Amino acid sequence: MIRYTLKRFLSLCISLAVASLLIFFVIEIAPGDPASFMLGINAQPDTVAALRAELGLDIPKLERYLAWTQGMLTGDFGMSYTYRTPVSQMVADRLWVSLPLALFALALSTLIALPAGIYAAARRGQTGDVAVMSATQLGVAIPNFWFAMMLVLIFAIKLRWFAGGGFAGWDKGLGAVMWSLTLPAISLALPQAAILARVMRSALLDVMNEDFMRTARAKGLTTTQTLWKHGLRNALIPVLTIIGLQFSFLLAGGIIIEQVFYLPGLGRLVFQAISARDLIVVESVVMLLVFAVIVVNFAVDLAYAAVDPRLRART
Amino acid sequence: MNRNLIIGLILSAIAILAALMSFIWTPFDHVAMNIPAKLQTPNLTHWFGTDHFGRDIFSMIMVGARTSIAVAFVAVGIGMGLGIPLGLWAAARKGSYIDELIMRANDLIFAFPSLVIAILITAIFGAGAVNAIIAIGIFNIPVFARVVRGAAMPIWEREFILAARVAGKNAARISVEHILPNVLNLLIVQATIQFSLGILAEAALSYVGLGAQPPTPSWGRMLADAQTLVSIAPHLALIPGFAIIITVMGLNLMGDGLRDYLNPRTRVART
Amino acid sequence: MSLLDITNLSLSINGTPILRDVSLSVNTGEIVAVTGESGSGKSLTALATMGLLPKGSQTTGTITLEGQNLLTTSEADLCNIRGNKIGMVFQEPMTALNPVQTIGAQVAETILIHGSMRKSDAMARAADVLTRVGLPQEQFPLSRYPHELSGGQRQRVVIAMAIALRPKLLIADEPTTALDVTTQAQILDLLKDLAHDFDMGLLMITHDLAVVSDMADKIVVMRLGEVLEQGKTRTLLTNMQHDYTKMLFAASGHQVNLPDLPASDVLLRVKNVVRDYTTPRKAVFGSKGVFRALNKVSFDIKRGERLGLVGESGCGKSTLTRAILGLEDVQDGDITLDGAPVFTGRKPNLAVRRKMQVVFQDPFGSFNPRHKVARLITEPFHLLETPPSHEERQRLINQTLTAVGLDPSDANKYIHQFSGGQRQRIAIARALIIQPDLIVFDEAVSALDVSVRAQILDLLADLSAKYNLTYLFISHDLSVVRTITDRVLVMQRGEIVEQGETEQVFTAPNHPYTQELIAAAPVLPDLQHMKG
Repeated sequence: MIRYTLKRFLSLCISLAVASLLIFFVIEIAPGDPASFMLGINAQPDTVAALRAELGLDIPKLERYLAWTQGMLTGDFGMSYTYRTPVSQMVADRLWVSLPLALFALALSTLIALPAGIYAAARRGQTGDVAVMSATQLGVAIPNFWFAMMLVLIFAIKLRWFAGGGFAGWDKGLGAVMWSLTLPAISLALPQAAILARVMRSALLDVMNEDFMRTARAKGLTTTQTLWKHGLRNALIPVLTIIGLQFSFLLAGGIIIEQVFYLPGLGRLVFQAISARDLIVVESVVMLLVFAVIVVNFAVDLAYAAVDPRLRART
Repeated sequence: MNRNLIIGLILSAIAILAALMSFIWTPFDHVAMNIPAKLQTPNLTHWFGTDHFGRDIFSMIMVGARTSIAVAFVAVGIGMGLGIPLGLWAAARKGSYIDELIMRANDLIFAFPSLVIAILITAIFGAGAVNAIIAIGIFNIPVFARVVRGAAMPIWEREFILAARVAGKNAARISVEHILPNVLNLLIVQATIQFSLGILAEAALSYVGLGAQPPTPSWGRMLADAQTLVSIAPHLALIPGFAIIITVMGLNLMGDGLRDYLNPRTRVART
Repeated sequence: MSLLDITNLSLSINGTPILRDVSLSVNTGEIVAVTGESGSGKSLTALATMGLLPKGSQTTGTITLEGQNLLTTSEADLCNIRGNKIGMVFQEPMTALNPVQTIGAQVAETILIHGSMRKSDAMARAADVLTRVGLPQEQFPLSRYPHELSGGQRQRVVIAMAIALRPKLLIADEPTTALDVTTQAQILDLLKDLAHDFDMGLLMITHDLAVVSDMADKIVVMRLGEVLEQGKTRTLLTNMQHDYTKMLFAASGHQVNLPDLPASDVLLRVKNVVRDYTTPRKAVFGSKGVFRALNKVSFDIKRGERLGLVGESGCGKSTLTRAILGLEDVQDGDITLDGAPVFTGRKPNLAVRRKMQVVFQDPFGSFNPRHKVARLITEPFHLLETPPSHEERQRLINQTLTAVGLDPSDANKYIHQFSGGQRQRIAIARALIIQPDLIVFDEAVSALDVSVRAQILDLLADLSAKYNLTYLFISHDLSVVRTITDRVLVMQRGEIVEQGETEQVFTAPNHPYTQELIAAAPVLPDLQHMKG
């Protein structure tokens, strides 16, 4: 188990290092000098040079990369080119919107999908199964941002149960925050829940064909007992993979949903930064998203090992 | 043919026909503004109504289908063109450093959700349909590589592959002659699924302004334009939304149907 | 009244009739063996008794256990009977256990589900039962997971689960088919002991007539869903009524007449071959382990010779096959065919390759399902310097298909249109078509029913006479190797422990391992002798 964890951790570090290199140099080859962009076309060359020095753009690339990564390790993301405030501060503020949104959506998606998938698998071929499967067929086809617009139209504009957008702010308390994130989380979660329910169902159906399920029946377990005691834990392995993948979709998908609901999250930040060519902010937000995805995948790998003893033993 | 396949084929055909048709005929010019006729609800002249510039929505939907399908199609092409050879190669050299390299690179791309890739590309090269294609296409590569490798590895263990090796055939030839035909079904199904995901992704990118730029019409941007008007003219948002849902659902149903149809086990059971 | 009475049981699944008027009975303490070839319905008879038939099954007749008709018993009551009054052991020990639960939990589950015992008591009981089936706690604690055990050990766990509550009836469906011959002997002994000690009825499903005659009190012969005949073992064996039964027993002990061995030169030379595999590190910073699959293996095959290779799973048979075929390199030693090395790096030496062909075990896995027979059997033409002309190709296809007992028109069919035995003929056709010097048969008849196996063995003998074949026949089945080879190698843990003339080795084995193998292999009783 220690070996397995260490190996996964090593692969996590390598992934992070390669990803940071990739992001940094992809951004570096971007055409257009941020300094001249910020000062406009009429700027004097020496003013541009001064700004470049101030932003640290005249330092050699490799040194800048090392400084950037070192800074990130200590939580210092550098200074925003346009706002002249620490990137870490800007990102931290926005993260307190985006991360709760993604987690809220993940919880919703899992809570809806797993029971629905289990229900459908247990009633395979019957009306309940057909109903759940048709609903998921529709769910995976709906664009989440369109669904969000429809939710706003119905629940905010027509019924006035929710605000049409905006973020309550943490000083208003957890309840207010959750309330203002409810519609965004639902619109993010439902399409993902449709996918997850399908995976849960098919994983369970696959497990049901396994020999050990028949063995369990031969011991005298009822079909339901077999499903819960032997089927579920084995079916969880593919489901975990999808939950891990979904977290990254939810974080990234949140960027779009934030646009619909005017939420001050990472998405809004990144779009503002792109239009202002504030590349250091783009760089940092992208790195942060990738970091989150890689860490979640690491957690999923550890969860595998907890579920499956064969993995613990093998490596 | 099963029910899913038939419904899926019909729905997808509607979208594809609309796109092809738009090259030769649309009820109105899709860019022609007609302010006096703005924000009409669906009626006999403007079947799907008009937008805030008085443009005919039916015509825009038809031309928009073109954008969606083209972007998704090319993106799937990129994914298959690069992903399939990589997946076959990794499976043929299973356990070697090549396999490890390909799969780790795949994992790395998976760590950048397609939207994040799109953001990066846009940040560098600016927004546009071509960049949207690249962003979606890059993300398709590891999907196909993984599917092919996963399906090819058990086939490599089969005895008919050993027989082919005994017949002196090399890995590349075996991959093309024996592995590829046996994973083709899976690839067709995966391609329809990626195609539908591509349409969703294109819509999302256009919605946030990273996809097709004006005047190229696109369903995603129609939705973005509709956002501020949705309370007074809900059809502006409903119609492009339904267009996306019908196309994506058609492709998904077709994928499910094809999977059942192409799976020899279920087919044998039927005959 | 017997313990179990099956009377006029008929079964159809989704309208297809499977069983017709099956009647048999099992008494307390009695071992009843149901035997027959694939498709005889023997396994479904067992599943019907358990009440575990697949969906869409319809039954008529009665199955009574101690007077209670199981076919009319409610599902809830059946759950109380399964595991409690009837236990069942399945064929595949590798997949019959839940991979994510400990063996202790799985055995205790049978006890917990049927009684109000506390969990700790159930675990203690599980430990006792595991010890009883030969898995003592010192070596096999309850906390073991299935993947940490061998096939035979897993089968013992399955047996422990089935007998934990001392059921009146134990059903064993091909319990040893997936196991090695020495393990098989141990598991069969265990089942026999348990039936005796617990006074259990044992309903044993098996295709292996030697096993049947060896341990059953009563034999039931089935074919195509019907019971052909049944009776006390000795009575039935000495006085078979049905032609099919006679044919089955004759085919099980089928002997072929090999042509005489010509005196000739060495074709294949295997000399001091060593093949190591690296195994994963055991400790975090430990070094990689080395598993020696072949250890200084040496032997020759002369032209025209039929050489056998026997050994249990994991002994290195497959590794040796791959090395001989030149598919994998070896660490040390030489393998040469007509003096030329068989392995030449990534680019195969076609001149050597075209002198060898192979026939595999699995008649379902050894063909690309998407190609027609003509294309399948001509794949080795790839090895020829100049591929044959169209006419020549047709002639060779026709000639070879005819030689293996198929029709030339079969060339245009797909593989799924053929039965297992026919597929194996096609595999032989593929190996023959370029007239190789050496053919490797890798468990080539192991997956076939006995009657089909006998036909394929006859075909091999015919072809040997006709084409002067040289082959290496690899098998775990001693009786087959005994009749189809001139000389035999016995392999254990990567080493050849004994080699010699086949008859010589079988009648007077020298090495203890060979002796053990031969002793463990179940043999058909000498029917003539029994009658006399």
